[in-house]
Amino acid sequence: MTTIASAFERAKRDRRSALIAYLAAGDPDLAMTIALARAVAEAGADIIELGIPFSDPLADGPIIQAAYTRALASGISVKRIFEHLPMIAEVTETPIVLMTALNPVHAYGPDAFCRDAKAAGAAGLLIPDLLPEDASDLREQAHAAGLDTVFLAAPDTTEERLAAAAAASTGFFYLISRRGVTGPEGGVGEELEAEVARARKVCTVPIAVGFGVTAGADARRVAEAADGVIVGSAFVRLASEVFEEAREGNQSHSAARAAAAEAVKAKAQELMDGIRGARSKTARTETERVET
Amino acid sequence: MMMKTATTPGRFGEFGGRYVPETLVPALDELEAAFDRLWNDDDFRAELDMLLLDYVGRPTPLYHASRFSERCGGATVYLKREDLAHTGSHKLNNALGQALLARALGKTRLIAETGAGQHGVATATAAALLGLPCQVYMGRTDMKRQRLNLIRMELLGAEVIPVDSGAKTLKDATSQAIRDWMGSYRDTHYVIGSCVGPHPYPLMVRTFQSVIGVEARRQILEQHGELPDGLVACVGGGSNAIGLFHPFIDDDIPMVGVEAAGAGLASGRHSASLVGGRAGVLHGSYSFLLQDDDGQVAPTHSIAAGLDYPGVGPEHAWLQATGRARYVSVTDDEASAAYSALAKTEGIIPALESSHALAYAMSWGRELGPDGVLLVNLSGRGDKDVVRDDDDG
Repeated sequence: MTTIASAFERAKRDRRSALIAYLAAGDPDLAMTIALARAVAEAGADIIELGIPFSDPLADGPIIQAAYTRALASGISVKRIFEHLPMIAEVTETPIVLMTALNPVHAYGPDAFCRDAKAAGAAGLLIPDLLPEDASDLREQAHAAGLDTVFLAAPDTTEERLAAAAAASTGFFYLISRRGVTGPEGGVGEELEAEVARARKVCTVPIAVGFGVTAGADARRVAEAADGVIVGSAFVRLASEVFEEAREGNQSHSAARAAAAEAVKAKAQELMDGIRGARSKTARTETERVET
Repeated sequence: MMMKTATTPGRFGEFGGRYVPETLVPALDELEAAFDRLWNDDDFRAELDMLLLDYVGRPTPLYHASRFSERCGGATVYLKREDLAHTGSHKLNNALGQALLARALGKTRLIAETGAGQHGVATATAAALLGLPCQVYMGRTDMKRQRLNLIRMELLGAEVIPVDSGAKTLKDATSQAIRDWMGSYRDTHYVIGSCVGPHPYPLMVRTFQSVIGVEARRQILEQHGELPDGLVACVGGGSNAIGLFHPFIDDDIPMVGVEAAGAGLASGRHSASLVGGRAGVLHGSYSFLLQDDDGQVAPTHSIAAGLDYPGVGPEHAWLQATGRARYVSVTDDEASAAYSALAKTEGIIPALESSHALAYAMSWGRELGPDGVLLVNLSGRGDKDVVRDDDDG
């Protein structure tokens, strides 16, 4: 069993959904990323989704775009992220899924990327602009290296594509809760429950839902339907706001970083409380799985 | 490489395809199906043809520029006068086609990106004609250096949305338009202005722009009696070039795309994606792009806002790879010299974008000498470039 599968199993034993915390690597530097990873792990996050900054992310709203801009301005690179990944693995047992645009992977060389990511301690790979029908080589390379591959579906994805994306996914399957880009705007999609039910019919791995989850109440609603709750922009925005405010208040860099980590930890706890407050669905899910 | 086994549609060799978030796939499928159906629909084609004739003013002339030819080593230079098309460039050929397509799909809003503003103006024009609201994303830098087109778009009833991310130019406007469409595709059509983006855009834009080459081929045969020794067109994303080239693809004549070398290739401040870039993925397709070693899209520079783009249409990447077309680059200074030369010899003020093609014609013409015959796409007029902020980058 991969570390990602184990993380979902552990959450299931706790009769709750998993929290997947997204962080933008190197925003504003890697020391912050390490501090935030520790914070979300301490709050109970089950998986960390680490975003590799890209100059032109198409699926991201202003919050994550700004985070990537800050990270790139600090000189972040894939190589530096790989160098620092073991430090994140050191402070937490939480498995790390790397989220990246395709071009940095292409530039690095997909095979080397998968091997080096695994060697650095990553557990999975998620490339939103690589559709499953184009991913056969990359899946092979990732699986050979020992990385899970996560694919996505969106509200208007056809049944046929949904089934193909689910079948290509190992570790977990990512459902986008609504149309649009990442961020709080629009909240969690109205069709979320129906979307999860649709995916359940064809999906054999845990189903996680992201886009629009910002507060404990959102997490609770998602957790009542899905196996995993993905939260990104809420952490990214909070960390950057608290950090900036502390810096403007003339706090030292490390004090500002600690304040940001503390705020993110509290946010992660709020989300975990939301998840724990969800009506237990483990038994129901089990029944459904057996039936299908 | 991973692109060899790719199966998304819309390939030019290994280039093209669809590298987009899953959210956009249903929108692209819908567009592809509509385009396939309507391009073969007599009523749709009749309406488009009538508008191209009565509204756009096609066919545009093929003009023998005899005084400019003297500056080109005496070679005979014909100009395909897209600058005389309504709105002042070739962009309306595509914007109008896509706007009709959008209306047939029941879309009630148009969005577009623009660099020089020519595509923004064309989309705003098509939107006004069809009574559709229109929003155009434009980088803040380009809003300053192409102010005339900003005013035109607003006069046409479009809303121009400033883009402040990245270098605040065409690349950033394109990214922002795609993000808008991620959430709006159910009621909105995204009118991409060049032969870039995910399938079906490169194919669709080429199809709408091929009217340039179809006319030019007929005209050169009528006026000159035989095909020219070469075709020349500027290449940013590459829509005017692919529109000219495609109908000549089976003819045995050289085709040259001219990219923007900006301050010079060696300076690193340029926009020559094919000449100076590497294969990669930007804005939904696999093509050539300017990028750093880490796969981050590189900053670009060109005096011509419409060429100031790090990517290029995937079909051009393929034409370069197969050798069917050749790609060269021309600096800001060379383009500026050609801009003045055409104005003074012919009384035609070309767009700075098109001036890159003219500059290459001047040097290619000198190589060919008086027996040479070149057909240059004069893709747009230069009124927008008359007043310019010389410290724009």
